[in-house]
Amino acid sequence: MILQAIMFYLFAVVTVASGVMVVAARNPVHSVLFLILAFFNSAGLFVLLGAEFLAMILVVVYVGAVAVLFLFVVMMLDIDFAELRSGFIRYLPIGALIGFVLLAELVLIFGSSAIAPGIAGLPAAPAPANAVAMTNTRALGALLYTRYIFAFQAAGVILLVAMIGAIVLTLRRRVGVRRQSIPDQLARTRAQAVAIVKVPLGAGADIPGD
Amino acid sequence: MSVGLAHYLTVAAVLFTTGVFGIFLNRKNVIIIMMSIELMLLAVNINFVAFSVLLVNDLVGQVFAMFVLTVAAAEAAIGLAILVVYFRNRGTIQVEDIHMMRG
Repeated sequence: MILQAIMFYLFAVVTVASGVMVVAARNPVHSVLFLILAFFNSAGLFVLLGAEFLAMILVVVYVGAVAVLFLFVVMMLDIDFAELRSGFIRYLPIGALIGFVLLAELVLIFGSSAIAPGIAGLPAAPAPANAVAMTNTRALGALLYTRYIFAFQAAGVILLVAMIGAIVLTLRRRVGVRRQSIPDQLARTRAQAVAIVKVPLGAGADIPGD
Repeated sequence: MSVGLAHYLTVAAVLFTTGVFGIFLNRKNVIIIMMSIELMLLAVNINFVAFSVLLVNDLVGQVFAMFVLTVAAAEAAIGLAILVVYFRNRGTIQVEDIHMMRG
């Protein structure tokens, strides 16, 4: 139990600290790296909560895909980041004010829910009591592929639309670049490519198409 | 000193507030703004999972957290694609300069 508490505080502190560093880092590349650290540590929090599947998904999807995408874009765009940070001090007071008001409200709400634990209704899909026989991944799959199958399919469609959208947005056709055209190569016939010329003796041959 | 629901909710609240704070602080940099949005979505996911496990012992919260994750990934992909195209066309991604649709 004490180990769990220690791990919780470790993960929580590192998550929050790296979250702060994401917004405060001077270099956006450092921001992305701190974002990755925040994702890793919140995956640790998920493991502590017993949601192993979501923890692994978080590492795979966020660290493996989203954060690398961010890193790629930050490094690809040639931007003067020092100039982008020029309003940092000017926006600090209003941002701090709004942030602290929001934090106070959230803490009040969560405090009330922790004090009055009868707020939540009955569980809609109770987690299986026998945790050994049914792992988290298996229970989640049993729920996802039965009751939430349509929502699951819709999520797949959303990902497909996002993929196609990103490709269509960033696809660029350059003019003046010589590319290999497989259809043109395959459509080439013998008549277009080979010419048989009868060469008279002592005279040169006319090269067709020249 | 056992770790309860309130601990996780506090972490999520601090993380969410950090995200909002980041949006206000980095008003000029779209990339940092998108990272702040990712932080906020992460805080929401922590809330979902904490409620799911510690409050009602119900798996629906984790299912929903997965859908949030899906939409966040799609949003990041589309947003960054738009950003790349915008930078290619205009040569800047300063938030103040993005006002072509203002009229």
